[in-house]
Amino acid sequence: MAVASTDTAIRTGRVTRTVLYVVLLVFALFYLLPLFIMVANSLKPLSEITGGNMLALPQTWTIEPWLAAWSTAQVGVEPTGLKPYFWNSIRMVVPAVVISTVLGALNGYVLTKWRFRGDTILFGLMLFSCFIPFQIVLIPMARILGLAGLAGSTTGLVLVHVVYGIGFSTLYFRNYYAAFPTELVRAAMIDGAGFFQIFWRILLPSSGPIIVVCVIWQFTNIWNDFLFGASFASGDGAPMTVALNNLVQSSTGVKEYNVHFAGAILAALPTLLVYIVAGRYFVRGLMAGSVKG
Amino acid sequence: MGFLDISNATKSYGSVEVLHRVDISVEEGEFLVLVGPSGCGKSTLLNMIAGLEDITTGEISIKGQAMNGVHPSKRNIAMVFQSYALYPNMTVGQNITFGLEMHGVPKADRDSAMNDVAEMLQIKQLLDRKPGQLSGGQRQRVAMGRALVRDPDVFLFDEPLSNLDAKLRVDMRTEIKKLHQNLGTTIVYVTHDQIEAMTLSTRIAVMNGGYVQQLGTPKEIYDTPANLFVASFMGSPSMNLLPATIRVEGNAIHAEIARDGGPVRLAMADPSPKLKTYDGQEIVLGIRPEAITDLDGADRQSTHIEQIDVKIDVTEPAGSDTFITTTLGGKDCIGRMRADADVQPGQSVTLAINMEKAIPFDKGTEDRIV
Repeated sequence: MAVASTDTAIRTGRVTRTVLYVVLLVFALFYLLPLFIMVANSLKPLSEITGGNMLALPQTWTIEPWLAAWSTAQVGVEPTGLKPYFWNSIRMVVPAVVISTVLGALNGYVLTKWRFRGDTILFGLMLFSCFIPFQIVLIPMARILGLAGLAGSTTGLVLVHVVYGIGFSTLYFRNYYAAFPTELVRAAMIDGAGFFQIFWRILLPSSGPIIVVCVIWQFTNIWNDFLFGASFASGDGAPMTVALNNLVQSSTGVKEYNVHFAGAILAALPTLLVYIVAGRYFVRGLMAGSVKG
Repeated sequence: MGFLDISNATKSYGSVEVLHRVDISVEEGEFLVLVGPSGCGKSTLLNMIAGLEDITTGEISIKGQAMNGVHPSKRNIAMVFQSYALYPNMTVGQNITFGLEMHGVPKADRDSAMNDVAEMLQIKQLLDRKPGQLSGGQRQRVAMGRALVRDPDVFLFDEPLSNLDAKLRVDMRTEIKKLHQNLGTTIVYVTHDQIEAMTLSTRIAVMNGGYVQQLGTPKEIYDTPANLFVASFMGSPSMNLLPATIRVEGNAIHAEIARDGGPVRLAMADPSPKLKTYDGQEIVLGIRPEAITDLDGADRQSTHIEQIDVKIDVTEPAGSDTFITTTLGGKDCIGRMRADADVQPGQSVTLAINMEKAIPFDKGTEDRIV
């Protein structure tokens, strides 16, 4: 009896597992298909694409479309490729991520360890910025950037993204530090450490996972942003996403689909890289504090 | 004027006063234990001494210097926390010297101070490890090392042993006591464990509901508790509190306690005039379990031994003693017999009650009748 039921358990376990893996495989293929088409077509000469089958592997392999997308393709009116705009994006995303992460960490530290009257209300107000649609602030933001003399500049874009990023980064760090033992802060106070020394020597060294989460989140959002980029930075100052749009929309001559595919992958590469390098901390950081240990 | 003076200190959160007019003066080298149940205000008082909580009214001074509003790091105190609060990102050595570093002590002096302390606490081999790699007892030592290295005026301990297992707790208790005897430092120690309070302290402040119920030496607290709360909180098993009626006959005062098969009358050892005024009234008579024994186990020094016959309800052999439970005055009453006393549940035995240790309490005010 006992033996029989164990056998049944093993058999049903095997069946469930097989079904599970088949389903997972189907989903994985489904999600990989677009990537496959993009990669495959970016490595073909244009004639193979216009000639017919988009799903086929290249007959002649070429990296010519990638080189074109990077340095010679027509973006708007200039044949510069995406290269200058890629650096625009880097110049925008790095300071914006660093500043919003540092400010978020400081906010989280103050909101949990240096509580003051009305701190929860202040935190609630900051959370609003996570939920206000970008479109609403376009006109007021344009006015402010204009008044500050930052209109159309990368610095202006950095400012916009920092302002929008603080809401999320504060949320992350506040929740992380809420689970951080207050006794440690008190011990450091008795030991004679000041406000910034406690932050720098005690809290930050223990904040690895949440810093990774915050950086991934901010990097992805800011890198992928199109609306602010299109609205506040034009021409030479445009970020990668806007340039990609211009590349695809450029209407001189034939549509170079293979170059467009290569350009789109180039635009997505940095975020992909950040996920691969730091992704395993992402889930860990999101779960931090929810379970003891 | 003592070494550490707490005068008329109160603490309020909004309109709620959680600590009411505390007055304690601690001499240099004293070991004061604040003991009480959760929420009695003992940790709040400790945090006020440390400067982690504001003092609402009154004053706390160390060495004659008022400490109100002085930053914790400027009070020359050190604190050991319940969770140890070791900095997880630093090694043991860095943990110990962090306070010195923050106070601008040169590296060479820091290292020699660290080595002295590590030697004293036998944690030299741990100096390069991180707190996460240490056992509970080792963390406890490191936390004490971090406090000791500062050479402070006052040590503050916030339930430092409550995270340890039972055996380690007893070992560390002895070690803290040794440390106090060797160094002669002034210590304020918070605990909810009355055995820790009794064994460690030179004086105990028993707290409840934000009031200091009684302040005195362990012996005073144990033998002459000021009220029913102190009587029942201190001691394990706790004191038997039996309803009794006072009967005055001439000079003698008897306490009459209900029992199955007719009441018993116990002659009070100390016929105080105050107690006489309670003639015919009901009081609460407190008798510690060790004052209720088998006949051979009775205290031979005592001149007031009363013998009564009772029926045993439960016996609990504890190895060193055998505890018995009987019913007196309608309540469970615990007595402590010798380990090899031959008693069985349901049996009738004669108990010896040492009336010198019996304490009368007023039933209304709950205070001791003196």
